[in-house]
Amino acid sequence: MSDATSNANTIDAPTPEKGIAAAEAKNNPVLAADGTPLKKSLRRALRAQKLRALMLIAPLLIFVLVTFIAPILDMLFRSIENQIVSDTLPRTTSQLSEWDPATDELPPEAVYEAFYYDLFAAVEARQHTRLGQRLNYENTGVSSLFRGSGRDLDDFREDQVEYIEDFSPEWEDAGYWLSLMSGEGGEDFLDTRRDAILALIRESKRSPLGDLWCATIATCATAPEDIDIGYTPSAEVIDLLPRTSEAYADFALITVLEEEDSIAEEEPWEAVYVALAQDLAETPESELAAFSGPQAQALVDLKAGLADVEAQSFRDLFAQSDDDWVTPSPWRTIQTYAPAYTTGYFLNAADMQKTPDGPEFRPENERIYGLLLQRTMFLSLTITFSCILLGYPIAYLLSNLPMRTANLLMILVLLPFWTSLLVRTSAWKVMLQQQGVINDVLVWLGLVGDGSRLVMINNQFGTIVAMTHILLPFMILPMYSVMSTIPPSYVRAAKSLGATNWTTFWRVYFPQSVPGIGAGSILVFILSIGYYITPEIVGGTTGTFISNRIAYHISSSLNWGLAAALGSILLVVVLALYWAYDRIVGIDNVKLGG
Amino acid sequence: MAEQGNGEAFVAFERVQKSYDGETLVVKDLNLSMPKGEFLTMLGPSGSGKTTCLMMLAGFETATHGDILLDGVSINNIPPHKRGIGMVFQNYALFPHMTVAENLAFPLEVRKIGKAEREKKVRHALDMVQMGEFGNRRPAQLSGGQQQRIALARALVFEPELVLMDEPLGALDKQLREHMQFEITNLAHDLGITVVYVTHDQTEALTMSDRVAVFNDGRIQQLAAPDELYERPQNSFVAQFIGENNTLEGTIQDIADGRCTVRLDGGELIDANPINVTKPGERTRVSIRPERVEINKDRLGEGAHTLKAKVLEFVYMGDIFRTRLRVAGKDDFVIKTRNAPDQVRLKPGQDIEIGWMPEDCRALDAH
Repeated sequence: MSDATSNANTIDAPTPEKGIAAAEAKNNPVLAADGTPLKKSLRRALRAQKLRALMLIAPLLIFVLVTFIAPILDMLFRSIENQIVSDTLPRTTSQLSEWDPATDELPPEAVYEAFYYDLFAAVEARQHTRLGQRLNYENTGVSSLFRGSGRDLDDFREDQVEYIEDFSPEWEDAGYWLSLMSGEGGEDFLDTRRDAILALIRESKRSPLGDLWCATIATCATAPEDIDIGYTPSAEVIDLLPRTSEAYADFALITVLEEEDSIAEEEPWEAVYVALAQDLAETPESELAAFSGPQAQALVDLKAGLADVEAQSFRDLFAQSDDDWVTPSPWRTIQTYAPAYTTGYFLNAADMQKTPDGPEFRPENERIYGLLLQRTMFLSLTITFSCILLGYPIAYLLSNLPMRTANLLMILVLLPFWTSLLVRTSAWKVMLQQQGVINDVLVWLGLVGDGSRLVMINNQFGTIVAMTHILLPFMILPMYSVMSTIPPSYVRAAKSLGATNWTTFWRVYFPQSVPGIGAGSILVFILSIGYYITPEIVGGTTGTFISNRIAYHISSSLNWGLAAALGSILLVVVLALYWAYDRIVGIDNVKLGG
Repeated sequence: MAEQGNGEAFVAFERVQKSYDGETLVVKDLNLSMPKGEFLTMLGPSGSGKTTCLMMLAGFETATHGDILLDGVSINNIPPHKRGIGMVFQNYALFPHMTVAENLAFPLEVRKIGKAEREKKVRHALDMVQMGEFGNRRPAQLSGGQQQRIALARALVFEPELVLMDEPLGALDKQLREHMQFEITNLAHDLGITVVYVTHDQTEALTMSDRVAVFNDGRIQQLAAPDELYERPQNSFVAQFIGENNTLEGTIQDIADGRCTVRLDGGELIDANPINVTKPGERTRVSIRPERVEINKDRLGEGAHTLKAKVLEFVYMGDIFRTRLRVAGKDDFVIKTRNAPDQVRLKPGQDIEIGWMPEDCRALDAH
């Protein structure tokens, strides 16, 4: 026995000496037969293998990237994306940036003027309702404000418009307008306006890759940036009549790009007439007279004539259209959401809102998402625990039965998997409703009075029952696969050492089955936290999850930004829980089998 | 075959039967008794019922019929955890989620032994198997041999009087296994514990045990001390199972006074020692150990029997020579000769004469 000591110590015990030897080996790399470092030649040898593996997964990888990862990223990106305000109202947002929203003062006339031109173009491009809807998420009522005033815009400074139209029949002629505005040297101006209008009508330019595709492989329609407008602005007119040129360019671009009409046949918008009147009023007669075009005299005459026509301020005109335009509220909203990226959706998802003083919580009675998130967590936890309680004995039984019986039972466990989710959920509806099977049986047994039937559906109870049933296999399977790897000799050993059945279970069997519980719990919890269909059907109002709200914003309210923000929060919560679990339990301990 | 249970028996099986399916008996009418302090090995091929017997003794299986007595008391209805029997499993069954020390403390904890006492006993048990420094390791960090020692220490730490071992050395390599055989026997004798040891390795059984019970087909074929078992097998199964054996088949010609003559199937007539044959005309299987066959006529004593043989194969094995011969029409007759300085090295094709003493030639049943 004396020699056993040394024997026992040298069997495989890792010693510090071995560790030091290994570290030394690291500093002096082992060389292969031809003198190259062994690691390098190993890497070379494995490269072909890795390349082959990559080729094998490439089709799936590309498929997943294109159809799954990319759309999800795009969707998540929507939670911060907010270009719509600055794209639709570019002039207004730049004018508004100098306005201090903290004061009760209204924005200056310049803002109203810019807003008139922006909104006019947006109405013509039929984009103003979209913007109204977007801003309505932040400030209820903005949508109808936009829609209402959009209808009134045609009548702004009606007198001036009519005066010009009546002044001489030429001013109602599309060709006359075109010849007035056309000339040379305005290509850059038109390109700038084209970019703005493309942003407004949400068209994007063709990328270099697209160019290549169209040049080599496919025949494409003309890219929006290359479509011929049939009009080159005159640099002289741009200097002389800047507002008119801008309004006319907008008109020309929208008419051609969006309406697909010819500007040689379309009478310009009212906004172009209003712009002309404004320009004429501000331009000295001498400059007009010096205009090189044949219309110089006509412009001088028009200026003289318009001097007598009264022009109301844009602020007053908007005030007449709707009183709300002379309150700071809509302007604050526009200014707050002017940046291209916003935290607004996330604040909204956290029951907060943006104010001039920074983010703050919404009033108590308007906070719903925090409550929903809490409820989602609570219900998911309850479902997970119910699954553990119901699943553990089944998994134990399965792993301790002879193979034949276990397989039969396993089919029963898996049976729900082969039945449509909708059918199972609907079955629960039949079972649980007040005139349903369970209530009928309870009434028949006399346990419950006919008048006081239990309410078991369209509430949290219904959600918990139905989802526990649906998710139970996801708990049983990982538990079973872990339990079936626990050799029966552990239990026997514990008993032979004097442990009672309970001690054996609690001290020996249970700790070894914990990885199965962990795997099942993660699976069930993560599945249930994002569950949609079952709570939608049996959850009523108190048993719905945050996913139901997300679905509502995707399909009903169309507030995709908020849906994306809620989805992102859900994703972060799940990842955080996963991380915490990894830290506490260790994901290596989670076994799905083997 | 086996003696009936008596007052002194520490462990006794009385007419024990076991059936799993109600149709076939895995253990058929087992009678066995062993005194305190004995090291008894149950040896047999797989499926012979030896492990079932051990499990019945441990309480993990219940006997279909019969009594199992421990210290004179029937333990049929005592659950395993109340039997106080230590057990070592084939795969050690060390609890993977506990350290070595916790594993050892487990049986003491469930016996509600105080912490100080517990630690003392754990330390003592670890020292006993020379594993004193490994208390804080997890079983997975130990080698097979180390796990084996821990499993042994755990089975002994609560000082049971009876320890069961179910092929405990099966997973170890040869050298370590031989070392552990030696250690286990020493420990058992030092502590004076009674051991029931199950194995299918006959060398292990012969080297470790006080007595060996050879199992086959649900019955004990022979229960005897190792030398007795090897030299005087009671039937042809035991003769075949323990050690190497030459068998020649034939018919009893004459039987009287502890001697018989056998007419071999090849026609030769030989003398033999009748063991479980009774009357002339009975078929028999004659068994001779390879090392009891002599090729040097001068060394044979009075009354020895000789036969003609042809050398077929000669294998040099270092300490011995193993020679395969054709004897009485059979090609698988093996003899072993010691590699002594004066030993003859036979050549294939050589015709020789071999001989043995009639008492070494045992006429057994022909089953």
